[in-house]
Amino acid sequence: MNRVKLIGLQVLVMVVFLAIWHVVTTTSLFGDIKTTQFFFSTPADVLARTWKQLTGADIYWHLGITLTETVLAFVIGSAAGIFFGFAFARNALLAAVFDPYIKAANALPRVVLAPIFALWFGLGIWSKVALGFTLVFFIVFFNVYQGVREVSPTVLANARMLGMNERQLFRHVYWPSALTWMFSSLHTSVGFALVGAVVGEYLGSSAGLGYKIHEAESVFDVTGVFSGMLILAIFVILIDSIVTLVENRLLVWRPGQSSTTTT
Amino acid sequence: MESKVSRPGDAGTAAEQPAVRLAGIDITFHLKGGSRYQAVKGIDLSVAPGEFVSVVGPTGCGKSTLLNAAAGLLTPSAGKVAIFGQPLSGLNRRAGYLFQQDALMPWKTAFDNVKVALEPMGVSDAEADKRARDWLGRVGLRAFVERYPHMLSGGQRKRVALAQMLIRDPEILLMDEPFGPLDAQTRQIMGNLLLDLWSRDRKALIFVTHDLEEAIALSDRVVVMTAGPAAGIVADYKVPLARPRDIAEIRLEKAFHEIHRDIWASLRVEVQKAYAMGEGKELVEGAAS
Repeated sequence: MNRVKLIGLQVLVMVVFLAIWHVVTTTSLFGDIKTTQFFFSTPADVLARTWKQLTGADIYWHLGITLTETVLAFVIGSAAGIFFGFAFARNALLAAVFDPYIKAANALPRVVLAPIFALWFGLGIWSKVALGFTLVFFIVFFNVYQGVREVSPTVLANARMLGMNERQLFRHVYWPSALTWMFSSLHTSVGFALVGAVVGEYLGSSAGLGYKIHEAESVFDVTGVFSGMLILAIFVILIDSIVTLVENRLLVWRPGQSSTTTT
Repeated sequence: MESKVSRPGDAGTAAEQPAVRLAGIDITFHLKGGSRYQAVKGIDLSVAPGEFVSVVGPTGCGKSTLLNAAAGLLTPSAGKVAIFGQPLSGLNRRAGYLFQQDALMPWKTAFDNVKVALEPMGVSDAEADKRARDWLGRVGLRAFVERYPHMLSGGQRKRVALAQMLIRDPEILLMDEPFGPLDAQTRQIMGNLLLDLWSRDRKALIFVTHDLEEAIALSDRVVVMTAGPAAGIVADYKVPLARPRDIAEIRLEKAFHEIHRDIWASLRVEVQKAYAMGEGKELVEGAAS
């Protein structure tokens, strides 16, 4: 299937979806227009509202807040995950002792922590960062742990035969191996950082995208909810494509990755 | 098991310390569940400086185990390892090791893989750059400097590994079936490359292989190990072939056939023993002729 045809079909899906939505909400075929519009808004309204928001300044302030929370949760969660991942992988006793507690903590649905975090850290950005942190930390932790443990014994023996000391082994063998595993979960961990931020905002805050959606919901402004969701989707896709760019850059050496750098 | 052990390495080199001397080596592995497996027993082997020694034996006879003892990657349960007369403790810092499996760091380019070998030696960055480039040229990879291992063929990866080992200029070279995973033609090319590089400044070299023809074509001495467990050395042959050699052509010589016949006579017994024990999944190559 060629590219033009594929894009054509993809656009077609959107057009059909919007057309059905439009027909349902602007004709009386499926009931009273006022009722259907109350529940489903109309595509034209949602697009118009989205456009209005995106061309205004207000939404960018909220997006900025959500982005800040996401980035902070990701950075702090990753740093802690890398640190503890390494510590546990290189210290069998530590890993054995904490194993059941780590498993228990990871099994807990993190959303239930949101009210506690709101209580501890207030309604500002830090309660959202904390929620995102608990999500990101475990993903990075398990991947780094695995990455350090699963370094090829041959690569390790070879590096040692080359005379590397502990510091050099860390730099040339353990660290790159752990980072590979971490990067392979980059999409998931960035995604979870964002989930933490938005869910946190949704449950209690005064700024951010989750707050905007919650605010619209509480006044039965369905157009506002849908337009908030649309903006959130655009935002996620943007972040995800940045992650893909970063990933392709960092993992050029991996088979199956884009191998654009030859000679 | 240990019958008619001859040790030519001991005689004649009294003035000079052997590069590697294994004396009465036993190696026992403690397996999960408390059972033990004695891989090798009572091994005596000396390798003189500048000597190219191959170790052949049936699969699973503990050839690699022996090499790991010489490298200091594992400590024998009994016996002594001496390197140039010094007892070995910890890793053998004077040796380079070429592994059978891929041992390159996959996240580094060919160039970085070779260059990083100089880092523990404290070579300056500019100097390391120059020498890495030079060595990649010597192994014929000048055009592939910036490739990552997965972009290279099996033979090319072995060339990088060879450069990575030799750039440190180790006094002892240990090779564990290095060309095992390669196809027959690539093996010949790599064998000639190895002889070419080795003959410039002959280092002591222990070459483990299960390919008898390869062993004879490359080495000064061929050591035959018995079938495991508790493998020992059953025979030790000098290879009376002149150097320089071409691996492909030397196989056609009469002297080659004679020594091959002799060694195969003692190796065959061990191979059959290993086979009878159910260990003979992958028999010694070159059994024909």
